[in-house]
Amino acid sequence: MIDIILAIISTIGVLSILFASIGILRMPDFYLRLSVTVKASTLGVGLLLICAAIMFPDVSVTTKAIAIIFFLIITAPIAAHMIGRAAYFTGTPLWKDTVIDELEGMYNEETHELESEEDEAEKNQSTDRNIAKTEEETE
Amino acid sequence: MITLETYFDYVILPVLSIAVMLVFIRLFKGPTLVDRVIALDLIITTGIGIITVYSIRSNQAVLLDVAIILALIAFLGTVAFAYYTEKQKND
Repeated sequence: MIDIILAIISTIGVLSILFASIGILRMPDFYLRLSVTVKASTLGVGLLLICAAIMFPDVSVTTKAIAIIFFLIITAPIAAHMIGRAAYFTGTPLWKDTVIDELEGMYNEETHELESEEDEAEKNQSTDRNIAKTEEETE
Repeated sequence: MITLETYFDYVILPVLSIAVMLVFIRLFKGPTLVDRVIALDLIITTGIGIITVYSIRSNQAVLLDVAIILALIAFLGTVAFAYYTEKQKND
């Protein structure tokens, strides 16, 4: 009985890791790749660690597995947010069929602070859009 | 009769290896630096999964300590890359 539960948990975990890796290969631009991989890989590794925690009849292993899961859940969104923010500042192009870029003009270029309203100066020169023209720029 | 051990050996570990290979393609051809950074992050995260499955199969719980260190290194590496990529544009 416990074998079947472990098989189901590990299968779900390994499939979400596989979907994350297919997503990072197939998604059309950086931001979509980021949003696919972080959540799916955290779920997958978390399920595999739960599998290990059930498998070993030892309290120290369970504590270690829970510590790793907790650490991953805390740190993965922070790392993803930091790298996404850095990518937006360095001008990584968005996918060519992007409908709206709500961050456009909201960031102060000098101080890297987010503002709630668009600057007057930025509004006039907003022709410089960050959305890619062709598929090849982001592929 | 399929046991859980053969299932781990012949299904779970090969699928994880295929996942690492697919991510490696993105690491190789990624058009920008940040693509490569998240590909590396995903390779390390998948590596934590491989270490976990291997520690189950070899019945060595000590290997989970390596997984803790790898999780820490993945986080610090991504944060450091993000920090310096953001600084690079500034000067």
